Amino acid sequence: MLFSSAAYAQNVDLGEVHGNFQVDAQYYREDSIIGAPDFPEDVGSNSFLNLIYTRGGFEAGLRYEAYLPTMQGFTRESGSGLPYRYARYKRDRLDVTAGTFYEQFGSGMILRSYEEWGLGWDNSIDGVRVKGEPVRGLQVTGLLGRMRNAQSNKVENLSEGLIRGINADWYINDSFDSLATAKTRISIGAGFVSRFQADNDPLLVIPQNVGAFSGRFNLSRGGFLFSAEYAQKINDPSTVNNFIYKDGNGILVQTSYAKKGLGVSLQFKRIDNMDFRGDRAASGNDLALNFLPPQTRQHTYRLATLFPWATQPLGEWSTQLEVLYKIKKGTALGGKYGTNITFNFSRINALNKVPTVNPFEGYTADFVGKMDSVLFQDINVEISRKFNKKFKATLNLLHFNYDESLFRQLTGFNTSEDVTADVQILDMSYKLKRKHTLRLELQHCATQQEFGDWAMALVEYTFAPHFFLAVFDEYNYGNAEEDQRLHYFSGTAGVNFSNYRIQLGYGRQRAGVLCVGGICRFVPASNGVTFSMTGTF
Amino acid sequence: MKRNFLLLFALIVISAPAAFSQAEASEKHREFPAADVKALDGSVVSSADFENDGKPMVVSFWATWCKPCILELQTILDEYDDWQDETGVKLIAVSIDDARNSAKVQPFVSGKEWPYEVYIDNNQDLKRALQVNNVPATFLLNGKREIVYQHNSYSPGDEEELYDHILETVKADADASAE
Repeated sequence: MLFSSAAYAQNVDLGEVHGNFQVDAQYYREDSIIGAPDFPEDVGSNSFLNLIYTRGGFEAGLRYEAYLPTMQGFTRESGSGLPYRYARYKRDRLDVTAGTFYEQFGSGMILRSYEEWGLGWDNSIDGVRVKGEPVRGLQVTGLLGRMRNAQSNKVENLSEGLIRGINADWYINDSFDSLATAKTRISIGAGFVSRFQADNDPLLVIPQNVGAFSGRFNLSRGGFLFSAEYAQKINDPSTVNNFIYKDGNGILVQTSYAKKGLGVSLQFKRIDNMDFRGDRAASGNDLALNFLPPQTRQHTYRLATLFPWATQPLGEWSTQLEVLYKIKKGTALGGKYGTNITFNFSRINALNKVPTVNPFEGYTADFVGKMDSVLFQDINVEISRKFNKKFKATLNLLHFNYDESLFRQLTGFNTSEDVTADVQILDMSYKLKRKHTLRLELQHCATQQEFGDWAMALVEYTFAPHFFLAVFDEYNYGNAEEDQRLHYFSGTAGVNFSNYRIQLGYGRQRAGVLCVGGICRFVPASNGVTFSMTGTF
Repeated sequence: MKRNFLLLFALIVISAPAAFSQAEASEKHREFPAADVKALDGSVVSSADFENDGKPMVVSFWATWCKPCILELQTILDEYDDWQDETGVKLIAVSIDDARNSAKVQPFVSGKEWPYEVYIDNNQDLKRALQVNNVPATFLLNGKREIVYQHNSYSPGDEEELYDHILETVKADADASAE
């Protein structure tokens, strides 16, 4: 204190400390009807605290994480540690980091490390990273390190594989004054990543250095955007691909057109044997080194999340079309405020794989996917309209098709045939008075398959900016097994004050899959009290 | 384990003076941090270059899949002309969409006729620099680019609270320049 007061009096810049934290905890009750197991410690909790110190171009930070013990549905070991700590110096166009960092090359098909707390996902890299801009418009990144093991909370326990990467993106318009204001903007980029892992296999001769390359091109002109990326990986026999000696590749093409009141995007992707990890023995959500973006709409309404999709790294062909249109305000159809419409179509097909004579070579596959067999398809439309100052409503209509084996694998629900489902969601909000709003969600899901029809209602009351209360019930009224026709009732209340938020809930939660950004985590059935607190300072 | 606690303790001891000196300077606000984000045409922009000619700015973190974020930006849309006329405020919407959805951001923004300045924080560098836990997260910057108010989550009516703070900021900025 004395030191700081003196320093303040002399107006010395001591830098700044900022941070954030989150505490999630749940009290578990055994509930044999929904399959919620006994949790011996009764309470599980996951928490973190980030601290970042900055002074001029210097920055240092750390994250303390505690799992006391780990909540259900997370694979991370119980205990605590400092899995994230770094020092970074940025000056002019040079940026050097020593310690833990997150990085992405292009769209991430050869390298993406990131963190998603709610999923227990963290594939940060611990090592050294240098970024620079040697020529205006040319951004170069080089890195060396090992990856964080998602199951560990210790920085000592990193991937066996050593990751080396280099990437360059050239924003051509920024390099030439004559092109600075050109309507057409072009950038090109390329990256290379290599993983070294010693071959300890007693039988097979396995490549110790596995290299992956990607090249990309982006063009924009007015409302038109085009981007394409190609990635290639040398043969990388691994647990996930069943130790085949076959190169992998991926193609991602995205294009869009936008003008006032209209947006259209069309995307295409082909992935073939592109599972790439920091350790060839890893599987599940562990040590993923790359990210293969799923081309499906990311749903957040509860019953629509019964049908999540995650890219199949061993092979898929996907297409997606999305159109947004705003019907002008003041027209018969548009109403006083205009009406927003979003149409989305996505379809995933398998690759046409033919096994090779030599089993170590795996298979051959045509470029074009197996178009007659749909792994996943989602056709949906959303109509959103404000009727007057107090009332607005959004209607969602969705139709899903889902391959049976992938449905079992990706959702945890049982089915003996391909799944077809129709979901309707009506979301209405009514402003009672200034800062007081009531919201009602009605959802329905109809299927012919075993897990049956669902209905859901949610009522939420908010008093801005401090308070909210929500109750909802999910009812699996059409389940094929009568004793599984259950209500999942829960209530949540929360308060916000300044930069802090506290939320308390009680209820029964169905088993399901939680997905953020295309990575999914299985959340087991539970019954009990949940607590969450977040803050930023 | 023990070592970790020692490390944490050491860091807090080292950093405490800085934190206290900040608290003592009651009117000193945090300056908006610098991190690279992408403009919709793909070019790289530093958040240090966000500016509004000395008038307040609202920086709102959102994502195409985040319902409350969209509700917030859609609600402000109806008020935005009035807000701009009365205070000159500018709203910058920073999308945290990753490679799955980032190519859909521009059609999304145009399709909804959002007049905001939009960037994509695809490696979440700006989000981390601001210690944003969840979206939506909204920051209000005064004319000197200092964070004078922040709010996370969105409930209908929060925009009125935000606007009250914008009016206060305009007044505080005017008072400061009159001195």
